[in-house]
Amino acid sequence: MASGSIFNISRYAVHDGPGIRTTVFLKGCPLRCWWCHNPEGVSQERSLMFFEYKCILCKTCAGVCPAGAFSFANNLHHLDRTSCNNCGLCSETCPTEALSHAGRMIAVTELMQEIEKDVLLYDNSGGGVTFSGGEPLLQHLFLNEALTECKNRDLRTVLDTSGYASEAVLSSVLDRVDVILYDLKLADEEEHRKYTGVSNNPIKENLRMLADRGRGRDVILRFPVIPGITDTQKNVDALVEFISTLKGINEIDLLLFHDVSEKYHRLGMEYQMPVRQAPAPSKIKYIKERFESIGLYVKT
Amino acid sequence: MISLESLNSPADEKHARSTAQQEIIFREAETVNDSSGCVAALKEMQKKRAAVSPMNERIARLRERSMRAEVRISGERAALITNFYQSGIAAGKSFPVQRALAFKYLMEHVSLPVEDGQLIIGLRGTGPQEVPTYPEMCTHSLKDLEILNSRANMPYRVDDQTAELYKTKVIPAWKGNALRDIIFDNLSGEWLDAYQAGIWTEFMEQRAPGHTAGGERIFASGLLDVKKEIRAKMLEQKTSEPEYFDKIEELKAMDIAADAMLTYAGRYVEILEKMAGEEEDDERKKELTEMARICRRVPAHAPQDFWEALQHYWFVHLGVVYETNPWDSYNPGRLDQHLYPFYEKDLAEGKLTRERAKELLEAFWIKFNNQPSVPKVGVTAEESFTYTDFTKINIGGLKKDGADGVNEISYLLLDVLDGIRTMQPNTAVLVSDKNPERFIRKALKVVRPGFGEPPFFNFDGVIIKMLRQGKKLEDARTAGVSGCVETGAFGKEAYILTGYFNLPKILEITLNNGIDPQSGKRLGLETGNPAGFQTYDELGEAFIKQVKYFLDIKMQGNDLIEALFAKYMPVPFLSLWTDDCVARARDYNAGGARYNTQYVQIVGLGTLAYGLTAIKYHVFDKKTFSMPELLAALRQNFAEKYEVMRQIILNKTPRYGEDDDYTDAIAKKIVNDIVEMIESYPPSPVRRASKRAYFLPTTAHVYFGKVTGATPDGRKAGIPVSEGISPVQGSDKKGIAAVFRSVSKCDWDKTGGALLNQKLTPDLLEGEENLEKLAQLIKTFFNMGGHHVQFNVVSVALLREAQQRPQDFQDLMVRVAGYSDYFVNLPKGLQDEIIARTEHKAV
Repeated sequence: MASGSIFNISRYAVHDGPGIRTTVFLKGCPLRCWWCHNPEGVSQERSLMFFEYKCILCKTCAGVCPAGAFSFANNLHHLDRTSCNNCGLCSETCPTEALSHAGRMIAVTELMQEIEKDVLLYDNSGGGVTFSGGEPLLQHLFLNEALTECKNRDLRTVLDTSGYASEAVLSSVLDRVDVILYDLKLADEEEHRKYTGVSNNPIKENLRMLADRGRGRDVILRFPVIPGITDTQKNVDALVEFISTLKGINEIDLLLFHDVSEKYHRLGMEYQMPVRQAPAPSKIKYIKERFESIGLYVKT
Repeated sequence: MISLESLNSPADEKHARSTAQQEIIFREAETVNDSSGCVAALKEMQKKRAAVSPMNERIARLRERSMRAEVRISGERAALITNFYQSGIAAGKSFPVQRALAFKYLMEHVSLPVEDGQLIIGLRGTGPQEVPTYPEMCTHSLKDLEILNSRANMPYRVDDQTAELYKTKVIPAWKGNALRDIIFDNLSGEWLDAYQAGIWTEFMEQRAPGHTAGGERIFASGLLDVKKEIRAKMLEQKTSEPEYFDKIEELKAMDIAADAMLTYAGRYVEILEKMAGEEEDDERKKELTEMARICRRVPAHAPQDFWEALQHYWFVHLGVVYETNPWDSYNPGRLDQHLYPFYEKDLAEGKLTRERAKELLEAFWIKFNNQPSVPKVGVTAEESFTYTDFTKINIGGLKKDGADGVNEISYLLLDVLDGIRTMQPNTAVLVSDKNPERFIRKALKVVRPGFGEPPFFNFDGVIIKMLRQGKKLEDARTAGVSGCVETGAFGKEAYILTGYFNLPKILEITLNNGIDPQSGKRLGLETGNPAGFQTYDELGEAFIKQVKYFLDIKMQGNDLIEALFAKYMPVPFLSLWTDDCVARARDYNAGGARYNTQYVQIVGLGTLAYGLTAIKYHVFDKKTFSMPELLAALRQNFAEKYEVMRQIILNKTPRYGEDDDYTDAIAKKIVNDIVEMIESYPPSPVRRASKRAYFLPTTAHVYFGKVTGATPDGRKAGIPVSEGISPVQGSDKKGIAAVFRSVSKCDWDKTGGALLNQKLTPDLLEGEENLEKLAQLIKTFFNMGGHHVQFNVVSVALLREAQQRPQDFQDLMVRVAGYSDYFVNLPKGLQDEIIARTEHKAV
């Protein structure tokens, strides 16, 4: 059986598709969105997080680190990430979990044990399993096997994807996916490259492919409302125009921006977002109405 | 000789958390030492209270007066009962007849307050919030009264006149003669030692054995019907039978008790008629006239309409709580089932509207709120947490024939609860698979504003529990829950709670080879120095031996106390309404009820399971540290160098509540072993009561925490132990689905009930879709075998506290946007935003 890298399994997930679900977050993403709310899911390697408030300065980490990445001066804990080789000894031994790693390898069999714990909840609510990330299609072999195991157990599945994958990879999972949560961020190619690091062509092509194959009704679009980046009139208009050419798509969910700079800080990553405030309600209302104008059900 | 003053186990107050306000204060107290958070949370709740919207001006006025009145001690009952026993009326009479005559004397002489605008008449005490005392059960000392009067938290005001009355009359009359004195005179030294060490509390040292609820009998018969039944039974008795005298005396007593209540109602008729005559407002004049008519009809006859039914029950309730001070103030049982036929009939006849029914129910609600619990003796300023007397209104469940029991009154009761938001009475939503999901969703809407009410119960599980105990199917289907989470056959069972039982303390004693390190006294058995244990199982066995040793002592005490109550404190009035006391010519306290049960309430499952897991995992399996090191750390209260060990325990141990079989198996075994052990005791000698277990703490886990040193779960000395069957506070970091599954691995059907607290953030209750999912989650939990769950909808104040002390709120899950996350792990900005959002929604 295959193993995959995941960074979380969330039970009683009530916003990742129909009913009550267990959401599996697969680690690793080809995109580098400036606003990413799950920066710990970007790298496929495990990511070391430091929660300063939990640290009791016991210096256990300094004692076990072979790379000497930890030092203490003036009663402050210092982590030198450039010398860290991500061996994991510190988070294994840190008594307070001030140091902890996001991400671990899990075999499909173990994953299925976790998933099966809440079968009654899925049954009673029409829920199931959601594969999210990161970008779950990045580990498509693992994903494929997990989906097959889900279907062997008659579980309903949701794929939460950026759409950034080869057509072949996306096609390979479709027969075992009931609902697809599909991100649409920026319509303009150049802007897409700037803010996410990748082209939006495969994303648009894959979405069209889904619509053309009659799977549009299984797609729920997700639009991150990012102030000054995705919420411009130009972008919304262009997306509206694009979506209106696709058959069968009925719903779009708005995901509102939040400042998560501390998460980046915890991971030693740079947070590139120029603005930090949440989108204005008037903006949200405008976007909602625009999408509604082409007959979409809009959820906020 | 141990003085009685020193024996009080003050945290033995029953079920202090019937409202979210108390819950939040309480939760904070569990994890927080300073009080600023409590104040903030309290203010938040006060704000929410401002949003309360009772139906009309009358109810608003009644409610306002009920909420604002100062709680006071009323000396009237104490004076009357003392007069009675000094008068010589009782001399030479049998105990049942003495008690009946005492009750009659009370009913002939107590004041008859009428709350302005009320629709239901009769009140225990001299006015709203004026609380009578029961010196014949336990006598307050002058110091008690002084503390009650002056303490900052939940005072009971005592005026000079009452203090003088106690000094000159009540205390001299009862000192040494109260039932409490007799009980303590008869208990063994071992019992007293264990009690003093905080291994258990005792329910009946201050209050009468009351845990029971009203059933169909009340709504189907009047006192004249019952008197007829009594007369017939008297004629049936044969002098050739050995119990002839006892039975005749009991029946005589019941008859006197029935007359007493007829007298009380008759006195009110006079007052109401007089008031009606003097009333200038035409509407009120009509009402008073109608109320007088109703009081001529009930409680003498069975009620015939909705209003009469409420008034009739209220007379019964008053009688029960005037006669003695029973634990868990009596309740009207399955109220929606009882009232629905009256409601339906009145609607059809055009004499009632839904609005009027709601108004009557609201007026009824306020009656309960006007009667705070009777304060204990020996209380101190920081103890005794509540004014609540724990009347519980049951809503939903099944009908006697097994069909869906949800009816229009069920929804009406939820509406009343939603609008009125008084501290008393509390409620129970009984959920069966046969109930419509709409009913659960409606109840969740009432949970939404965050008052902690109503809690949810697995009614199909209640039926299984009742059947397992040998009850008839019909009696199981008309059963319910009272107090906190206690199942019982309503109207037919005396299920008497005997005291909380401190499992973590017994672990402490086990780890000290039978010695209580708090006092240095040997209290338990010598089960061996744990440093010498080679396997985890040796520790497990030693622990179970200690539990058995202490239970032996507790059970002897239970049986003795039961016998004393049977002999000295019969309750002929309560017996009138409990099947089959009249038919058997036997008192409720002497085994007259159809079913008789004796419960021990187990406390600290989470702390114990976590502690045992930590030992198994770190000492025996992973060998992270040795037993001597752990014992040293416990002795040092995890100070200084042992803080690292404590952190390892807190963060690197499989935790009960996170759906991990390693530790859940330990919890399951504890539950099984203890239930089996308790049920292995023979039936009690007088009532022939079976011995059973509840898993609920009320507030005893705070008291038990105070008397228990550091425990191997990383808990420091003095901190509250875990409550109910909930995981250790702050340790369940995998969310509600994991908690539900962990908890439901234990076999709760073998218990009488188990209490589970869960926190929710307001957003999880927002919108129809979320309510639907939550309803499905609750149903699934009950399908898996859970008994009860109540939700704390987290307040802003609590979120702020969490920001200040993240380490204490690790398990607080909040909804962010497209996902949920742990609040303390969120960036500060996002936390602020969520707080702002929550605050906005609270307005």
